Amino acid sequence: MQKRVVFNNRLLPYLLLAPQIVVTMLFFFWPAGQAIYQSAFIPDPFGLSSQFVGWGNFEFLLSDPYYLASFKTTVVFSTLVTVTSMGAALWLAVMADRVIKGSSAYKTLLVWPYAVAPAVAGVLWLFMFNPNVGLVAWYLGAAGYDWNHVLNDGEAMGLVVAASSWRQISYNFLFFLAGLQAIPKSVIEAAAIDGASFARRFWTIVFPLLSPTTFFLLVVNIVYAFFETFGVIHTITAGGPQQATTILVYKVFSDGFVGQDLGSSAAQSVILLVLVGLLTVVQFRYIERKVHY
Amino acid sequence: MSGMVEKRGLGTWATHIGLLIGIAIICFPIYMAFVASTVTQPEIARPPMPLLPGSHFIENYTAALTQGINAPVWQMLLNSSIMAMGIAVGKIVISIISAYAIVYFRFPFRMMFFWLIFLTLMLPVEVRIVPTYEVVAGFGMLNSYTGLILPLVASATATFLFRQFFLTVPDELAEAARVDGAGPIRFFLDILLPMSRTNIAALFVILFIYGWNQYLWPLLITTKPEMNTIVMGIKQMFPSGDDIADWPVIMATTLMAMLPPVAVVVFMQRLFVKGLVESEK
Repeated sequence: MQKRVVFNNRLLPYLLLAPQIVVTMLFFFWPAGQAIYQSAFIPDPFGLSSQFVGWGNFEFLLSDPYYLASFKTTVVFSTLVTVTSMGAALWLAVMADRVIKGSSAYKTLLVWPYAVAPAVAGVLWLFMFNPNVGLVAWYLGAAGYDWNHVLNDGEAMGLVVAASSWRQISYNFLFFLAGLQAIPKSVIEAAAIDGASFARRFWTIVFPLLSPTTFFLLVVNIVYAFFETFGVIHTITAGGPQQATTILVYKVFSDGFVGQDLGSSAAQSVILLVLVGLLTVVQFRYIERKVHY
Repeated sequence: MSGMVEKRGLGTWATHIGLLIGIAIICFPIYMAFVASTVTQPEIARPPMPLLPGSHFIENYTAALTQGINAPVWQMLLNSSIMAMGIAVGKIVISIISAYAIVYFRFPFRMMFFWLIFLTLMLPVEVRIVPTYEVVAGFGMLNSYTGLILPLVASATATFLFRQFFLTVPDELAEAARVDGAGPIRFFLDILLPMSRTNIAALFVILFIYGWNQYLWPLLITTKPEMNTIVMGIKQMFPSGDDIADWPVIMATTLMAMLPPVAVVVFMQRLFVKGLVESEK
């Protein structure tokens, strides 16, 4: 944690820490404190005074069918995004690990979507599936399938999942490829000499050895789907149709800024704070274990 | 490396074809956006749109850059550059000096400061949007570069990364510096900072992308079109109501919005991968 050799200076360390601590206090802890404080009040419609309600906002939220529906939507959405992007990435990584020639070219061609902002990914997919002008929507129509994600819940969910997963594949691919390349080849060769097929080798040797990477990516992808996909939702569906794609983060935004329901929005923020806290603890528990391997 | 294990031939071809199909699917949305940015609005409005690029590339990109729809795209590109650079440089500077304080000094409340920085990992902007907006509005920072940059510059990740790195630096260096009579600031500037070059560069790549791709925060605090960043400005280019969007200009803007971060990843791939792997430790 610290050096044996240290400098002695009374004031300097505080000066060095000051910028980070000031920003952290002003823009992290003060607003988080405000969220906790506001979650216990209901402001009157004119914002002049507010009434203390204790756990009232939370009790209301947890019995509010819209909020519970948003919870369910978030779970469905995150599961689909995690499974799709990790599955596709693992498939690509296994193939890229098998080729000898051109693997760095494949890597370059597969990593760049990471740099595409979620909101930009949203616009790209929206364009292909736009019910009026989208190319894919048109060909689906020509094939007899009437695509309209503006009206259809399932199609809207499918589209936001596709756009979110598309962007995350490259991240998962990089980590899976690194994990695959770290597996000693001698182990796999031994199994091959014993006559195990590729599929059998994969499921009995490679996949179990990859489990630390898989678990790490699982947490990262859930965090991504929960908190970083706002841009995708906002550009493609704006939470609709009705509330079919309103994930929790989108609901904090729409209730707080569009609906101006500050007490409820603050209570939702507090619930999300607890969720992030839990996910962070899981992530660090796991990383501690990895260090002691 | 399965070449050593299996016979070459059909299997290798299948693998290459599989990869190429995967890449084609991943690149397809970009290709369609590129085609759309080179044709005219009526060509898109009468589906199916063309599958090959048209001849209006220069026209559409010029229209986007100089006029845009709400604000010219050059203006939004400038705003995004300022924001991304400000966030990347700001995060690196304040993190490297706080990591230096935590590793190389002993002082009261050192661990408390460490945990305060650590806890910010649990407070992404998405979960504290309304109160953070109120704080920034209270400071009169709406529609300003300070408002875009300052609330996002605290960084637990970057602080940890530098802390990890400083811990691997041999103690003898600080010892030698002290014997030579160099103070802590000299030691930091002349020895530690040059040694951290690669780490700084790798982190810069990741943080530049992070800053460039911000969406929710600029959406909340920039209400004037001339302060919009390009990533959030695209959505504002869609007409409300039933008007048909100006897809060629929007798609030209979309491609320009992704070009800088994609170029950074492609041309600085080694630093990018290093930054990505290390910032997740």
